[in-house]
Amino acid sequence: MALPYLWLLLFFVVPFIIVLKISFSDMDLAIPPYKPLLEWVGQNSLAIKVNFENYAFLFTDSLYLNAFANSIKVAFLSTLLCLIIGYPMAYGIARARPALRNILLLLVILPFWTSLLLRVYAWIGLLKANGVINNVLMSLGIIHEPLTMLYTPFAMYVGIVYSYLPFLILPLYANLEKMDWQLLEAAQDLGCRPWQAFFKITLPLSRNGILAGSMLVFIPAVGEFVIPALLGGPNALMIGRVLWDEFFSNRAWPVASAVAILLLILLVPFMMWYQSVQARETAGAR
Amino acid sequence: MFSVHRTAILALVCWLPLHGCGGGGKSAGAAAAGAGGAKVLNLYIWSDYLAPSTLQDFEKQTGIKVHSAYFDTNETLETKLLAGSSGFDIVVPTASYFERQIRAGAYLALDKSRLPNSMNMDPQLMAKVAMNDPDNAHGVIYLWGTNGIGYNEKMVKALMPDAPLDSWRLVFDPAVAAKVAKCGISLLDSPAEMLRAVYSYLGKDPNSQSAQDLVQAEAVLNKIRPYIRNFSSSEYIEALANGDLCISVGYNGDVLQARDRAREANKGTEIKYAVPKEGSILWFDMLAIPKDAPDPDSAYAFMNYMMTPQVIADVSNFKRYADANAASQPLLLPALKNDPAIYPPPDQMQKLVLQKADSPEQTRAVTRVWQKFKTGQ
Repeated sequence: MALPYLWLLLFFVVPFIIVLKISFSDMDLAIPPYKPLLEWVGQNSLAIKVNFENYAFLFTDSLYLNAFANSIKVAFLSTLLCLIIGYPMAYGIARARPALRNILLLLVILPFWTSLLLRVYAWIGLLKANGVINNVLMSLGIIHEPLTMLYTPFAMYVGIVYSYLPFLILPLYANLEKMDWQLLEAAQDLGCRPWQAFFKITLPLSRNGILAGSMLVFIPAVGEFVIPALLGGPNALMIGRVLWDEFFSNRAWPVASAVAILLLILLVPFMMWYQSVQARETAGAR
Repeated sequence: MFSVHRTAILALVCWLPLHGCGGGGKSAGAAAAGAGGAKVLNLYIWSDYLAPSTLQDFEKQTGIKVHSAYFDTNETLETKLLAGSSGFDIVVPTASYFERQIRAGAYLALDKSRLPNSMNMDPQLMAKVAMNDPDNAHGVIYLWGTNGIGYNEKMVKALMPDAPLDSWRLVFDPAVAAKVAKCGISLLDSPAEMLRAVYSYLGKDPNSQSAQDLVQAEAVLNKIRPYIRNFSSSEYIEALANGDLCISVGYNGDVLQARDRAREANKGTEIKYAVPKEGSILWFDMLAIPKDAPDPDSAYAFMNYMMTPQVIADVSNFKRYADANAASQPLLLPALKNDPAIYPPPDQMQKLVLQKADSPEQTRAVTRVWQKFKTGQ
């Protein structure tokens, strides 16, 4: 019983407190590059210096809010695309013969056996001006000038959707797999067309799977850094990149930490929503 | 109930590998001084930045085993140093970063009596770096070079026969940039270095910390934004070599690498490098010992070894970068020694300025200008 809490404490609460602490400190040219919050003043008085300026600063420049807004937009669209592509896949797997299901599931998980970075680099090779896709299209005579795909929002969305798709398929599959398909037969017996039955029965019943899968895509996609950096254009303003700039270019660990805390606060409602969906799912299954 | 748990586990299984990548090196040098008393040197260096036999020969000569780890940006190195206990004995920062790291107390003050080979170093170049590291107290130069413009003359001239190939106007004058943009211009994704290029173009002190100068530089940048295809600090090598780009602001060594790749590909692509006549900046990569190095003795031995004329000449000849070792100069290949892109002629040398570290406020302001320039926000 205590183990999950220990896990939470070790891998979430402790790092969170460290980041929170840094976000209230002053920048310094030292190792580490910020000033301590607690300081002994004289013999036996401990002074706490809490600096809220790092947070206030984030609201003085539109950069940060714009980057947050843009990240949410990108994450939302990516989630939507994952859903459009992933739902039929999850549905297909759930309705496949049991023997085939495991193979299909394995195929969904298989790409994870190679590093994300390698897979994103592979997309560079596919999308670049003299890359595989352009070469094939040109040799087929479909296009005559190479398409500009790499370093565009398109490439970024391709990368994100590709990388996160399994996060959506797996929970959705788990949900669809335990659906009672006899309900569909009953609906058809009662005169429902297949697509009506889908919208009236399958879709509502898989609602929790959709929400769970969407949250698993949306939450990490908001803070995504690697994929926009490698595939997206220079004008892709994402909060992950802004955080990188604060941390690495400006060496402003306190401001970077404040951005991270704000990002977390922003994501908490979504996480709570996800939690409540999961709880409902558990209750429903009982 | 069962399936919920399975969902969670499935998700976790695919979550782990996704986040397991990217970070890479924990403390790469954790295995200091291995078992049995065999000495170990933990070297943290740019990837592909030594001659093939450099480390082997050192191991043979001294019996010290070398563990190497590699970084690709100064920021990565700096973050590890500033987090403390990096576990490295020798690191190779670029001088402007080095300056700031010295002030943060990251490096050991060198005991010169343990570095007899430092008498081989070129006093003029060491004097330049003393602007970053007063009295050369914390490091010696490993290799050095310049920032400039790499270009594909044929492609550029096809668009603009009288293009100013020896001038920053090629990228910063909107009238010129507009004409040549079609074949692809890239800038380094390094705000501090690019700002210095703009300052050279404007005839200002490259190390200026003035807010007004920054406003003027921003105006220059904003006018050329539509003509910049991308911002890259290493991808341009490949792109320049295969004709995806025709003009790249970059480092001399990288442009020469692009030139070689283009020649190997044998498609008639000829890449050239120019230090613009308005002037530019010099870069120096330094050898230094972190203050908390696990084995400073091995670090001294390595540093001294790297100042052996033949050792550093081998690196220069192989990697085709200039070194700062006066005694190694007779050992360099003539093709290297006489290449103005590697060893700038004296008149050019006068216009090359060392990059000083910016103040934290200036750094923030410059980063912000750069973000605005790149993203439009």
